[in-house]
Amino acid sequence: MSTVASPARPASSGVSARTINRIVIYGLLALFAIFYLMPLFVMLVTSFKTMDEIQNGNMLALPQSPTIAPWFKAWGETCVGLTCAGIKGYFWNSIKMVVPAVLISTLLGALNGYVLTKWRFRGHTLVFAMMLFACFIPFQSVLLPMATILGSIGRFGVTLQNLTGFNFGLGNSTVNLVFVHVVYGLGFTTLFFRNYYEAFPTELVKAAQVDGASFFQIFRRIMLPNSMPIFVVTVIYQFTNIWNDFLFASAYAGTGDVMPMTVALNNVVNTSTGVVEYNVNMAAAMIAALPTLIVYVVAGRYFVRGLMAGAVKG
Amino acid sequence: MSTVAETQIKLTPEHDARPGASVRSRLQDLLPKIVLAPSFAATIVFVYGFILWTIYLSFTNSKTFPSYAITGPRAYQRLWRWTFESDPPSSWYTSITNMGIFGFLYILICLALGLFLAILLDQKIRGEGVLRPIYLYPMALSFIVTGVAWKWFLDPGLGLEQTLHQWGWTSFHFDWIKNKDFVIYTVVIAGVWQASGFIMAMFLAGLRGIDGEIMKAAQIDGASTFQLYRRIVIPLLRPVFLSAFIVLAHLAIKSYDLVVALTSGGPGGSAWLPSNFMYEFTFKRNEMAVGSASAVIMLMTLTAIIVPYLYSELREKPR
Repeated sequence: MSTVASPARPASSGVSARTINRIVIYGLLALFAIFYLMPLFVMLVTSFKTMDEIQNGNMLALPQSPTIAPWFKAWGETCVGLTCAGIKGYFWNSIKMVVPAVLISTLLGALNGYVLTKWRFRGHTLVFAMMLFACFIPFQSVLLPMATILGSIGRFGVTLQNLTGFNFGLGNSTVNLVFVHVVYGLGFTTLFFRNYYEAFPTELVKAAQVDGASFFQIFRRIMLPNSMPIFVVTVIYQFTNIWNDFLFASAYAGTGDVMPMTVALNNVVNTSTGVVEYNVNMAAAMIAALPTLIVYVVAGRYFVRGLMAGAVKG
Repeated sequence: MSTVAETQIKLTPEHDARPGASVRSRLQDLLPKIVLAPSFAATIVFVYGFILWTIYLSFTNSKTFPSYAITGPRAYQRLWRWTFESDPPSSWYTSITNMGIFGFLYILICLALGLFLAILLDQKIRGEGVLRPIYLYPMALSFIVTGVAWKWFLDPGLGLEQTLHQWGWTSFHFDWIKNKDFVIYTVVIAGVWQASGFIMAMFLAGLRGIDGEIMKAAQIDGASTFQLYRRIVIPLLRPVFLSAFIVLAHLAIKSYDLVVALTSGGPGGSAWLPSNFMYEFTFKRNEMAVGSASAVIMLMTLTAIIVPYLYSELREKPR
């Protein structure tokens, strides 16, 4: 970091004390920046090194002869359990799961938030409280029943398959995970939109109502055009959460070709056949981290706002 | 539902008197509830129903498969007995002591570090726009990625220890990640790394929300910077402390992935948290009832923290 001396205004007496003060502050801030960047730096650097360099070199040294072979190997060749076809398939599994799950949960959250603020009914607080509490439960307390239900649905899907030749997506791991993430993401998306719409002038809605606009017209014409920020926030929040999920993924799609990225990454790292290829592991970890990192870099402001909206009351 | 949307009905107080219109307008009145219903029903069934189901299972003697004959609180009795079985420690004993250590240190260090960094960043820092995202980006990463990165960094043969040895500090010894008594502290390190930047952002938002006039008034009264923060700023940040505590407590109790990725459970399961205990006993050790009982205990703990908080939050502004 630029430890440039402070823009010290020549205060009459304590100039030097102030300067020292500034240096200490900048020094500490730089030190913590290093602490936060270190693991990412090591991961990135290692992913471009050869195995030889990793074994004999310094963890923090830049690669002597940078190679992107580990990235290609991680993407297309490395072993996940017993199949050695890289992580690309699992990456797409995650994409196929994340996109619908995010869209559905966000849209439902928007509608719920709209109802809970602008179309209030008796007991709306209780309904909201019950949905909100669902955000906080440890998912261990629903893990097993959900596994049982998904198992039954899967068997029903097989029956349907035999009867009609088509299983309607029942028993498909990706569909299952989309369903699970929508159900357990609803609390958060509803919270986001409810708090956002809470501050939205109810007079506008009332006026539109008097003008004869219907429930959905008001939503589409008045609420939605004014909801862009919260949509971005919610989409990013849900995207990050669902992409990064491991518990549901390992419980409901923990083996075989259907694993999402996080589970596959954990398997890559813990596959203990032959020499452990650290550079490939790190490249795989980087690939798994990239989508959320890119979102963070591109729209960090909204990401932070989302975290805040989930934490600080709106 | 979109068909309903297209039918344009005047919602003015004076409805049409025709029966068809009144059905439609009744439908229109019900529409908000109909829209909310699927989400609410899903919450009732898949959250509350499933919780009851888990509680029910914890009172059976389910092993590999669920069995639905109630056999009493045997699972809880076993957990209770294990709670005190410290020599050799039972998995449950290890899990809950780890939870205590991890929860306490994780929350405390995140709060302290977050507040500290926020105060530093609030000193009109040049380059704040660069530093803030650097502190915060770990929150965007998966715990699995964090675990992989830190596993490498803390590995005695590859990471920090090796590096310092190469730099000439050969007596440096740091093998916590392989040591069953210390492995939980590595989880604390990685956990703090991941979440403290976010807590910083919460405090920073809190600091920016404080009325500058109050600060100025205190400074005019001759308060030193330290006094200013101790007497005025930190007390004003109380709501942020509470929110941050709730966020951290909830993250701590839910922590599962990090332990798996960073330590694979630690030597002999020595890094387990209750979440890992639940997963292992339910899905790997065929002790479904015990697993369910541990899940219920986790839920109760979280409920004891969250419900009073939500209650006060939602009651405060009865608009």
